[in-house]
Amino acid sequence: MDLLPGYLTAHLQLALVALLVGIAVSVPLGVLAARVRWLEQPVLGVASVIQTIPSLALLAAMVPLLAAAHLPSIGYLPAFIGLVLYSVLPILRNTVTGLATVDPALIEAARGVGMTPRQRLVRVELPLAMPVIIAGIRTATIWTVGIATLSTPVGATSLGNYIFTGLQTRNQSAILVGCIAAAVLALTLDGLVRLVAVGWERRHRGLLGVALGATALLYLYTGVTLGRELLRTQHERILVGAKTFTEQYVLSEILAGQMMHETGTPAEVAQALGSTVAFDALRTGDIDVYVDYSGTIWATLMHREASPTNRSDVLSEVEQFLRERHGIVVVGALGFENAYALAMRRERAERLRVRRISDLVLHAPTLSIGGDYEFFGRAEWRAIRERYGLGFATERSMDSSLMYQAVAQGNVDVISAFSTDGRIAALELVVLEDDRGAIPPYDAVILASERLRRRHPEAIDALRRLVGTIDGDAMRRMNLAVDEGGQSPTAVARAFLEALWNRE
Amino acid sequence: MIEVRQLAKRFGNTPAVREVSFGVSAGELLVLVGGSGCGKTTTLKMINRLTEPTSGTVLIEGQDVSALPGHVLRRGIGYVFQRVGLFPHMTVEQNVAVPLSLLGWAAGRIRERVGEVLELVEIDPSLRHRRPAELSGGQQQRVGVARALSSEPKVMLLDEPFGALDPLTRDRLQQSFVGIRKRLGLTAIFVTHDMIEALLLADRIAVMNDGRLVQVGTPHELLASPADEYVERLVDTPRRQARTFDELMAGVAR
Ligand SMILES: Nc1ncnc2c1ncn2[C@@H]1O[C@H](COP(=O)(O)OP(=O)(O)O)[C@@H](O)[C@H]1O
Ligand SMILES: [Mg+2]
Repeated sequence: MDLLPGYLTAHLQLALVALLVGIAVSVPLGVLAARVRWLEQPVLGVASVIQTIPSLALLAAMVPLLAAAHLPSIGYLPAFIGLVLYSVLPILRNTVTGLATVDPALIEAARGVGMTPRQRLVRVELPLAMPVIIAGIRTATIWTVGIATLSTPVGATSLGNYIFTGLQTRNQSAILVGCIAAAVLALTLDGLVRLVAVGWERRHRGLLGVALGATALLYLYTGVTLGRELLRTQHERILVGAKTFTEQYVLSEILAGQMMHETGTPAEVAQALGSTVAFDALRTGDIDVYVDYSGTIWATLMHREASPTNRSDVLSEVEQFLRERHGIVVVGALGFENAYALAMRRERAERLRVRRISDLVLHAPTLSIGGDYEFFGRAEWRAIRERYGLGFATERSMDSSLMYQAVAQGNVDVISAFSTDGRIAALELVVLEDDRGAIPPYDAVILASERLRRRHPEAIDALRRLVGTIDGDAMRRMNLAVDEGGQSPTAVARAFLEALWNRE
Repeated sequence: MIEVRQLAKRFGNTPAVREVSFGVSAGELLVLVGGSGCGKTTTLKMINRLTEPTSGTVLIEGQDVSALPGHVLRRGIGYVFQRVGLFPHMTVEQNVAVPLSLLGWAAGRIRERVGEVLELVEIDPSLRHRRPAELSGGQQQRVGVARALSSEPKVMLLDEPFGALDPLTRDRLQQSFVGIRKRLGLTAIFVTHDMIEALLLADRIAVMNDGRLVQVGTPHELLASPADEYVERLVDTPRRQARTFDELMAGVAR
């Protein structure tokens, strides 16, 4: 709850500015399209096509596009551009329609009194089209506020942080708070636009004054906070990335807390980044540090088969690869592995006499497997399938937070679990032995950008003090405290850090 | 004052106005009369170039109207529209002020002039802040006339301004218009399809039929010597009505 003001402000910064830019782009574009007949169809066509792209995909698509253009690809910018694109269609379409439905007799009257085409537009056509244009702005307002909740995965803070964190950490009340806050905000802003419209239409100076005043205040607040944030970003701030699961939320808070404690430089967390998004963001310097897993880099970036099952061999090859090919600093391993592992309900595994993955081969054609969104597209899954000749009856992608429940309830037979997930033990699951070594070791390693080392060598030192401090059991306990114990990742991280600092 | 020479307009291949020529002298009111679709509105719109002519010329005070940019020309000519002419999103006052603000008058002078001209057309000051939709048809047309008059134009063009009004309101507006015209010494072309209105208002009448000008003359000349069968039928209607009226009056008197 204490996060609400921050999230709300961030949400306003996204939605309000995107809306303003959306209006500034689409009204003139609508006027142009209404004027230049042959432009109307292509312009409306492009806007409609943009609208058909699922909103989450549109925002996510901004990340590689911006990265290719050497612009900040994580955080405010990709979310902002996506929102602007989304707000264009309703305003554009209504501007074109509004102008097209102005009575031709009135346009002739405007010519008759001696107006130039421009005066006609400003004094007659736009005012008459205004109710329709405002209806478009109201639609855009609701959409923009709603879709802004999806900016969390591209690294921008919004009310969506409640929803995404809530989904990952199975915190229903966080999800509810996020949804309600977004809905209330959408209705409030919509009401404000309506008030402006009513005041305008009835020529009610008081009403118009109040509505415009409130709007101006909102924009002022948004502008000032945004400006301050941009200045602060220019100034100094360390950005820690987190992928989309509980462990990453906890670890990112630990890294951020440790650096702030030791160096005094503010550190913030960009949550819920997709796995390759996080890596690209580190490479381009959009984030400064995050935790990845040696096996992930081994399989997805180095495209290596999993032959050396030796943890330290993989780790040192990964280190060399990252340093030489991408100029990334490998600070060190935290001390635990979080491997992709196939897991089943203990009771079912025993009944089928399955202990190792090779025992599964016989049963697989009648079994179903559930995996997180990435799993079935990853090199590890290909390696497992090829090495063992596994073929399941069905493969189902689902949110990683729902997987464990799904297998425990028998909705699927096998899942691609994370070995540090506390729910493996809590839900009485067993991890199947990778007897043919298809899955590489997955040491959790702290990766930092070259820039962070140059600017804040003391932050790298602070991070180095975390190396080897978290073993598999400690990580499992912390994950369970969030997933089943209802604690926030921040609180769990804080408890860990305080224990660490006391020891020192 | 106004000189129309061989003015013609085709829409695609169909001629709407065929080589029309006439003149209007200063202070004169010419009524353009004829059946629906005969080309009256088109002729009127070619004078202030709301419609560009296919051929022919229009001179106002000896100057070719095509020499000026259209919007500048139109600011100097008052135009009253047949149907919707007032801007629905503006108040009465704002509507009347439009031509003045286009001419760049100062706010104070505009306010003063708007007051004067609304008084001239007998619009109650309490109506000044109303929107056109909150006025009666007659009031709307008075405001339309006020707007056309506001910039004291040299020339007024009126396209069936009272055509859609009930007979009593129309009569009152006609009377007002006659008064205003006398006071201001306006030069005007007034379009109507109603011969009675033409006879009542006109200094001279120009009769159009199927895009052609059939006869131009004073009401007396038209009544006395109609140029063709069409004009004869046109003037016959009011004449017959007048006769019927006389007979009825005689009956009452007896
Ligand atoms: N913009 C236009 N396009 C095509 N035809 C038109 C247009 N305006 C008028 N006309 C035609 O020109 C003829 C004269 O019209 P108009 O001048 O409006 O007649 P009036 O005002 O005498 O009733 C009519 O046949 C009408 O259909
Ligand atoms: Mg007409």
